[in-house]
Amino acid sequence: MNRDITNILLVGVGGQGILLASEVLAETFMLAGFDVKKSEIHGMSQRGGSVVSHLRYGGRVNSPIVSEGDGDILFGFELMETFRYLPLLRRGAFVVANSLQIAPPSVLMGNESYPDDLPERIRAGFPDFLLIDGQRVAAEAGDPRAANTVLLGAVSKRLQVEEEYWLEAMKRMIPSKALSINLKAFETGRNL
Amino acid sequence: MKEILSGNEAIARGAYEAGCLAASAYPGTPSTEILENTVKYSEINSSWAPNEKVALEVVAGVSFAGGRAFAAMKHVGVNVAADPLFTLSYTGVRGGLVLVTADDPEMHSSQNEQDNRNYAKFAKVPMLEPSDSQECKDFMRLAFELSEKYDTPVMLRTTTRISHSKSVVELGERSEAPLTPGLARDAAKLVMLPGNARIRHPFVEKRMAQLSLDASNMPANRLEFRNPEIGIITSGALYQYVRELLPDASVLKLGMVHPLPSELVREFASRVNRLFVVEELDPFIEEQVRALGIKVTGKELFPLCGELTPGRIRSALVVAGVMEAIDETSATGASEGLPSRPPNMCPGCPHRGVFFALKQLKAYVTGDIGCYTLGFMPPLSAMDTCICMGASIGMATGVAKVIPEEEKKKVVAVIGDSTFLHTGINGLMDMVYNGSTATVIILDNRITAMTGRQDNPASGFTLMNEPAKRIDLPLLCRALGAGSVRVVNPFDLDETKRVIKEEMNRPETSVIITEKPCVLIKREGVFEKGDVLLVDEESCAGCRACLAIGCPAIEWRSAMSGDKKGKAFIDPFLCTGCDICRQLCKFGSIGRKI
Ligand code: SF4
Ligand code: SF4
Repeated sequence: MNRDITNILLVGVGGQGILLASEVLAETFMLAGFDVKKSEIHGMSQRGGSVVSHLRYGGRVNSPIVSEGDGDILFGFELMETFRYLPLLRRGAFVVANSLQIAPPSVLMGNESYPDDLPERIRAGFPDFLLIDGQRVAAEAGDPRAANTVLLGAVSKRLQVEEEYWLEAMKRMIPSKALSINLKAFETGRNL
Repeated sequence: MKEILSGNEAIARGAYEAGCLAASAYPGTPSTEILENTVKYSEINSSWAPNEKVALEVVAGVSFAGGRAFAAMKHVGVNVAADPLFTLSYTGVRGGLVLVTADDPEMHSSQNEQDNRNYAKFAKVPMLEPSDSQECKDFMRLAFELSEKYDTPVMLRTTTRISHSKSVVELGERSEAPLTPGLARDAAKLVMLPGNARIRHPFVEKRMAQLSLDASNMPANRLEFRNPEIGIITSGALYQYVRELLPDASVLKLGMVHPLPSELVREFASRVNRLFVVEELDPFIEEQVRALGIKVTGKELFPLCGELTPGRIRSALVVAGVMEAIDETSATGASEGLPSRPPNMCPGCPHRGVFFALKQLKAYVTGDIGCYTLGFMPPLSAMDTCICMGASIGMATGVAKVIPEEEKKKVVAVIGDSTFLHTGINGLMDMVYNGSTATVIILDNRITAMTGRQDNPASGFTLMNEPAKRIDLPLLCRALGAGSVRVVNPFDLDETKRVIKEEMNRPETSVIITEKPCVLIKREGVFEKGDVLLVDEESCAGCRACLAIGCPAIEWRSAMSGDKKGKAFIDPFLCTGCDICRQLCKFGSIGRKI
C-alpha cells in the first residue's frame, strides 16, 4: 500500500471518548496541511461494546479505512481491546496502550477471567510497545478523565507534526471547560 | 474554507448551501446525524417525524408548495416510506425533493443489509451515490437541481462508510433556490387518481430514458482512463478502495448509479481488455451492464454478502489474477479466545427489570427495535422475536391466534415509546379491533435512545429543542380501546412482576406502560441519579443472585484467600442507584452507603 500514508487505529470500549480523540488527531493533521480521512462505526457499539476508529493521513488519501495488516500505529485505550485489534497492524507497527482494564460482561459475571499476560503477549509481537498507566498519569496532571490525552501526548512526539498544530486542534475540538486540564495532560504525555 | 466533515454533516451542509428550506427524518443508524446537523442552520426547518413515511410526506408537501426539501432515513426506513415514494415518482415535484437513504452493508446496526439501489430502479427515480464527504455536499446540490430539471424526486444513497467517515470538505456559500414558495394548484399533476396517473406514467418512462441519455455527459459520471488492461466500473466508498488498490487501472466512476449511462458504459467497455464491476451487495450495475450485451466479471468474484472492504476486494482480485497475494499481515496471530465484548444495556437502564420479570414469568416475548432488543442476550435472555420497527404487537396478535388456549397468556409484546409511535400503534388498533388477548408492554423512557437520544412525540421537545406537547401514552392507549392500561415503576421488581402476571392472565387486550427515563438523558429534571449502592462484603453469601440482571456496574470478584465462592462488587462510578439489584439479594447485603 501507499507508503506516503500513515495508518492509525484507535481502539477501546464504547463511552471511552475514542471519537473525540480521533477528532483531535484528524484536526491536527488537517491543520498541518495533510489530507486526512477517518472512519468509525457508531450505533450499537456505543453501549459498552468494542469500538475501533480508523484514521489515515498523508499527501492524498483515498480510503477512509485501514486494510487488515496495514496499520502503522495502534492507540489502545483499554488493554484487552488493544490486543483484540493487533491483527490489523503491519509487522513492526508502534503500539501505545493504556493499561486500564475494563471487564466485559462475561468477566463481570465471573464466567471468564481477564487475561493477565496481555502486555507480554503484545510486546512479543510488537517490540515497539509503550504501556502507560493513563489514569494515574492523568490524575497526577490534574484529572484521571484526561487519560486519552496523555496517550495522545505520548504519541505526538513520534509523528512529524509541529506541537503548535496539536495545541490548536485541541483548542478547537475540546470543550473550553476541559481544555486547560487536557493541555496539561498532553504536555505530561509528551514528556513521558 | 476547509473543514473535516462526516458524510452526514456534509449532506446537511450541502442542503444548506443548495437553499433547502426543510428537512424531516426518523432517526436510524447510520443516517441520524444528518438532521442533527441541519438543525444548526436556521434557514432549514428541521423536524423529527414519527416515522419515515410521514417524514417523506412532509417534505413532499414542502416541494409541492415550491420549496426545496429532503427526508433522510436508514435503508429499512425507505420500506416504510415506499408508499409515497412510488407515487411521488409519478407526480414529480415543484421545489427540489431529495430522499437520502443510508444503507448499512455488514449490518453494523441493522436487521438486514438490503441494497436500496434497487429502490431507484423500482420507483423509477434517479439515484446519486457520493464517494466521500466532499461529494456528499456537492451531490446534494446536484440532487436538488436534477430534481427540478427532470421533475422527479431524487434519491441520494450513502452507506455506513460514507455517512460515518470524515474527510476534508471545501465549504461554499448558500444560494437561495430559484422558486419562491406559494400555493399553486395543478391537479392534473398532483392528484394521482387513475385518469391523471395514466397520463403521468408515460412521462415517468420518458424522463428516465432522457436521464439515461444525459447521464453519459454528466460530470458526476467520470471516465478515468489509465492502463487499458483492467477496467473497473464502481461507485461510492468502493471507488476509493479501487483507486488505492489498483492505482493504474482504468475506472468508470458512477456518481449516478441509476439510470445507468449506457453510452458511457459501452465506450468504456470497448476501450479496456478486462472489465469488472466492483459493487457491494447486489449485482445491480452488473446485471444492467450484461443486459447491454457486454461481457463483465462481477459477483462470481466479489461476495454478495457484507461490506466490501479493501481486504475483501484485494482477495477477490488476487483470485482473478489481477493482484499479487502479499504477505504483509500482522506479526501476531489472531486474537481468538479473547472474551468478546458485546454491547449491553447501561447500568440503571429502566428496561432491565422488565426483562428480568418476563424471564421469570416464562413469557413468550415478541420484541422490537431499540436498546431493549439487547434483552435477548444472556443473562436476561427474554426476547423471542425481532423483525422490524413496530412488528412486536402485530406478531403477538398472530402468535396468539393459533396456539393452544393455555399458552395464549404467555404472549407479550415489548416495544419502546418511540417505536410504538412509529408503527406499533397500528398493531394495537388491530389487537383491540380483532379482540386479541395478548399483552403489550410499552417501555416509555422518554427518548429515542438507541440512535443516541433523539426527541419524539412523547418526549416533550422538538428537534429544534422547543417545548412540544407530550403525547399522553396511557390516555392514547385507552382511547384506542385497550381493556386495561396500567402504569408501573420498572425499578420495583415485585410490582412489575405482579402487574405483568395479572395482565398476562387478563382475557382482553391489555397495555402496561413503564415510566422511567433513559439514564443518558441530559435534559434537566428528567433522569436523576439515585444513591449509589454497595455490597457488604461481610454478609455477601456469594450466591450470585444479583448477577441475574446483567448490570455492568456489578462485578464478580472471584475467591480471594480461602473464600471459595467469591463476592459481588458494585462499581461506584457506574452505579446509578436504580435499586434493582438490592431487591434480588436475599441476605440484605446490598444497600445504600450509610
Ligand atoms: S441508552 Fe437508555 S435505554 Fe439505552 S440501554 Fe442505556 S439507559 Fe437503556
Ligand atoms: S443499583 Fe444495582 S442494578 Fe442498579 S445500577 Fe447500581 S449496581 Fe446496577
